[in-house]
Amino acid sequence: MTSSDSGKAGTVDTLSGGPRRRARRRGGAAPLPLLVPALIGLAFLVLPLVALLIRAPWHSMPDLLTSTEVWQALRLSLVCATAATAVSLVIGVPLAWLLARVEFPGRGLVRALVTLPLVLPPVVGGVALLMALGRNGVVGKWLDSWFGVTLPFTTTGVVIAEAFVAMPFLVISVEGTLRAADPRYEEAATTLGASRFTAFRRVTLPLIAPGIAAGAVLAWARALGEFGATITFAGNFPGRTQTMPLAVYLALQNDPEAAIALSLVLLAVSIAVLAGLRDRWMTAS
Amino acid sequence: MMQVTGAGAAALLALTACSSSDDDSSAGSDSAGSASGKLSGEVTVFAAASLKESFETLGKQFEKAHPGTKVTFSFGGSDALAASITGGAPADVFASASPKTMKIVTDAGDNAGEPATFVRNQLEIATLPGNPDKVASLKDLTDSDLKVVLCDKTVPCGAAAEKALTASKLKLTPVSYEEDVKSALNKVVLKEADAAVVYKTDVKAAGDKVEGVEFPESADAINDYPITLLKESKNTDTAKAFIALVRSAEGQKVLTSAGFLKP
Repeated sequence: MTSSDSGKAGTVDTLSGGPRRRARRRGGAAPLPLLVPALIGLAFLVLPLVALLIRAPWHSMPDLLTSTEVWQALRLSLVCATAATAVSLVIGVPLAWLLARVEFPGRGLVRALVTLPLVLPPVVGGVALLMALGRNGVVGKWLDSWFGVTLPFTTTGVVIAEAFVAMPFLVISVEGTLRAADPRYEEAATTLGASRFTAFRRVTLPLIAPGIAAGAVLAWARALGEFGATITFAGNFPGRTQTMPLAVYLALQNDPEAAIALSLVLLAVSIAVLAGLRDRWMTAS
Repeated sequence: MMQVTGAGAAALLALTACSSSDDDSSAGSDSAGSASGKLSGEVTVFAAASLKESFETLGKQFEKAHPGTKVTFSFGGSDALAASITGGAPADVFASASPKTMKIVTDAGDNAGEPATFVRNQLEIATLPGNPDKVASLKDLTDSDLKVVLCDKTVPCGAAAEKALTASKLKLTPVSYEEDVKSALNKVVLKEADAAVVYKTDVKAAGDKVEGVEFPESADAINDYPITLLKESKNTDTAKAFIALVRSAEGQKVLTSAGFLKP
């Protein structure tokens, strides 16, 4: 597909397992028409966070950080976001492969459908999930009467809501990587007798690992901050479905200072995780 | 000085609004409009979610009585609205579902004039249509087989429910503490929950999608609804006229027919 040498060199590097591909030389000073908007963009993104830091109630931080409710919400957030990412990986990567590698009628439509949760307001997503998987929902009705399983108001419900909103990020990221990856490696593997699944597992998967990781990080971050679909589908109960964003929202109602402090805790945790992963993975795609 | 004239104008408006409500014809309202001078422009009203239906009716009445005016509403949890007002959201009038949430605004000094109670609201249990679980009292809700949703304690309907539960020494563990009264009600409308403790007015507004069950303990937790003009208002005359309509006999008729109690 790509015939440029740099593209091939990149994939070869990835094949040999070296994620450090950024040793490119910087070519002189950045031109002003790029530098100015870039700095404005950076300020635009960072300013609200700085404001949060300035207005933070530092004196009441220790009390908040030791409260069990905060830890409960934080732990639930981390557990659910990670579970939602795992779910997205298990079903999202094969979906991305299908979209990138298999020609079938209506592929464009399917691709549009997959990205639908990105444009859907999360609250609407939550209502849609209730319609589908709620106690009285299209599928949920049968889950309830056959297996006695009801998903709303449960921790599983939180994971489902988060996965629904976050998976498209993973699928898009992985599909993009797959399309950029040279399919001839897979073709070579199948020519040499490997089945298509073996080729996927032994050749494609290592080839696109950085893309998968980048997508997983995006999905995880999106799941961690998820609010609308979660509160609509899973409700709000401390320890069971009250994740950090829900706790922040409800704290905002009568104690804005606590809300700011909680936001900072969530921010600190996400920045720690993302910064740890970003340099390794995010630049790979 | 400004405040004196302002109060005078408000009193005058209240008077004209009251006199206009004596006769029900819309001509009466029109004359009220001309008597209070030319009202025009847009007013933004931040109002508690439970006021949605009645305030929309009153807004239409107001626009009809005063051509050239436009009333825009933002409905939501009183606390969220109070937070956005103190955060600088441009609004002319704030009608909240509890004195406590109103206090957030008055403490920040964002009000102009004293808030006045214009209606009160009582709690009621909303059950599925036909009341299949035979809920007859607040105590029945403590049955662990029932999925009950309450409002979060931070919003007025949740605070009132907690007050009623504490007063009757009942311990109720809901499946969820919802962020406002409408989302609590919707969980029952969508049949995801078996019952919710909401306002009488919400049960009424939901029509036959839910069934209301009154409970005596609700008398212990009646919410006062205060309304006030806001300091940031750019259109005080029209905003005051709208508050006057809400407090007039005409306005009270709309509100009580929605299930609110008189102040």
